[in-house]
Amino acid sequence: MLNIEDVHTYYGDSYVLQGVSLEVMPGQVVALLGRNGVGKTTLARSIMGLTPPRKGVIRFRNADITHTPAHRIARLGIGYVPQGRQVFRSLNIRENLQVTARGDGQWTFERVLDLFPNLRSRMRSLAGKLSGGEQQMLAAARALVGNPGLLLMDEPTEGLAPLMVRELGRTIGELKQAGTSILLIEQQLNFALRYADIVFIMQKGVIVHKCLPEELASDTAAKSRFLGV
Amino acid sequence: MNFWIIQTLNGISFGMLLFLLASGLSLIYGLMKILNLTHGSFYMLGGYAGLVAVKYTGSFILAVLAGCACVTIIGVVMERFFLRRLHLQEMPQTLLTFGFLFIFSDLAMLIWGSNPETLPKPALFEQSIPLLGTFYPSYRLFIIGFGLAVAMLLWWVQEGTRIGAMIRAGVDNEEIARALGINVSLLFTLVFAFGAFLAALGGVMGGPIVGVFPGADFEIMLLGFVVVIIGGLGSLKGALVGGLAVGLLDNFGKVFFPEFALFTIFAPMALILAVRPTGLFGRE
Repeated sequence: MLNIEDVHTYYGDSYVLQGVSLEVMPGQVVALLGRNGVGKTTLARSIMGLTPPRKGVIRFRNADITHTPAHRIARLGIGYVPQGRQVFRSLNIRENLQVTARGDGQWTFERVLDLFPNLRSRMRSLAGKLSGGEQQMLAAARALVGNPGLLLMDEPTEGLAPLMVRELGRTIGELKQAGTSILLIEQQLNFALRYADIVFIMQKGVIVHKCLPEELASDTAAKSRFLGV
Repeated sequence: MNFWIIQTLNGISFGMLLFLLASGLSLIYGLMKILNLTHGSFYMLGGYAGLVAVKYTGSFILAVLAGCACVTIIGVVMERFFLRRLHLQEMPQTLLTFGFLFIFSDLAMLIWGSNPETLPKPALFEQSIPLLGTFYPSYRLFIIGFGLAVAMLLWWVQEGTRIGAMIRAGVDNEEIARALGINVSLLFTLVFAFGAFLAALGGVMGGPIVGVFPGADFEIMLLGFVVVIIGGLGSLKGALVGGLAVGLLDNFGKVFFPEFALFTIFAPMALILAVRPTGLFGRE
């Protein structure tokens, strides 16, 4: 589905990604873990074409998207749920979904709203006025209505109350059941371990560890070394 | 009494022309963060192109079409081949539009000379019509109606259509809009060209009452910027309210204190800037 090979990305003058390789197979939920500032969000931006790599190749469904414009990457089928949610604040919920809706896949408005019932009753509310949890749901719904083959979620649990985290987890579980591939960038270890099929750990711009979630759960040494927990 | 009605209508009709100019200026800044100093030139070039069309065809409608078409093409070329290279570099972009302002100003002088010209009114609106016990030029009333119609149309596009929502999404967060599949580059070209189109429309429509003359570009650009400063950059409502306010201030200023005409515009602007730095309807 998604193949990242030896990607090097600079953010301004700083050398952030120093040779990252990672892959997501169809239907797989891949978790990317790592402490703050190791380059996880930069990897997401590189995939989306917002900060293209200087070296390396990113392939999506076997097409080279390394230097493809961002809007085309999205249209090829990567649904982006950016860090900090970044919903279109001055658009209402319906408009937020309308501007990104694309293709005639399984994710119709109806189906997406079934997944996020809280949004359905507030379609005319401005996104900027929603709570953090509701904005997160909207950010996920906004990516889904584009009918992506792969969902790229950058720290979706950040700043959410425990109840909302559970709600979001339920959604990710349902998406996984529906066969959606997900690259889940996370800081919350337990959340990621619950849904991931495979875990990558990043440190200082490179992948330093790859394992199954259950292996990491019992590997206290790796947890403290890479994640500080 | 008559005096007040006539002067008020004069102010409103000029205000509508300013609205045509300022709505584009405001939209371009809102989406692209470009302070387009060429906007007054678009107005002037629209007027001159309309003048040429009227000379050869005698038709006002063809003048409008010619003026708008020429300037829209200029807008597309400027955006695609020049401004695009300096994406989000505010100062270089502003300087570039400043350069175009001088180029167009000199070109216009070269081609059309330095004599002020006026476009003939369209035949349908040549007459004055009785209004509240006096006579008033129907063409100015037409401009007022036309301006309101454009305002409503723009409002509908912005609030009621998908492309309007896409533009607002781009204004909110350009980068994320791209990453969610919106072709923001295409929106940039469309918005810049459409802004140019509206300015040219103002230029041709204003031709019969304001005239076309060298320096019109600077003069009208200055007023356009006062409008968006008062109304708030990026706001359609602000462009309309600001346009009417500046149109009225300019008109009554010239009537009552001709020697301080600029003062009557810039004093209220300074006051609004002091109280509301983002203008009446601006964001944050």
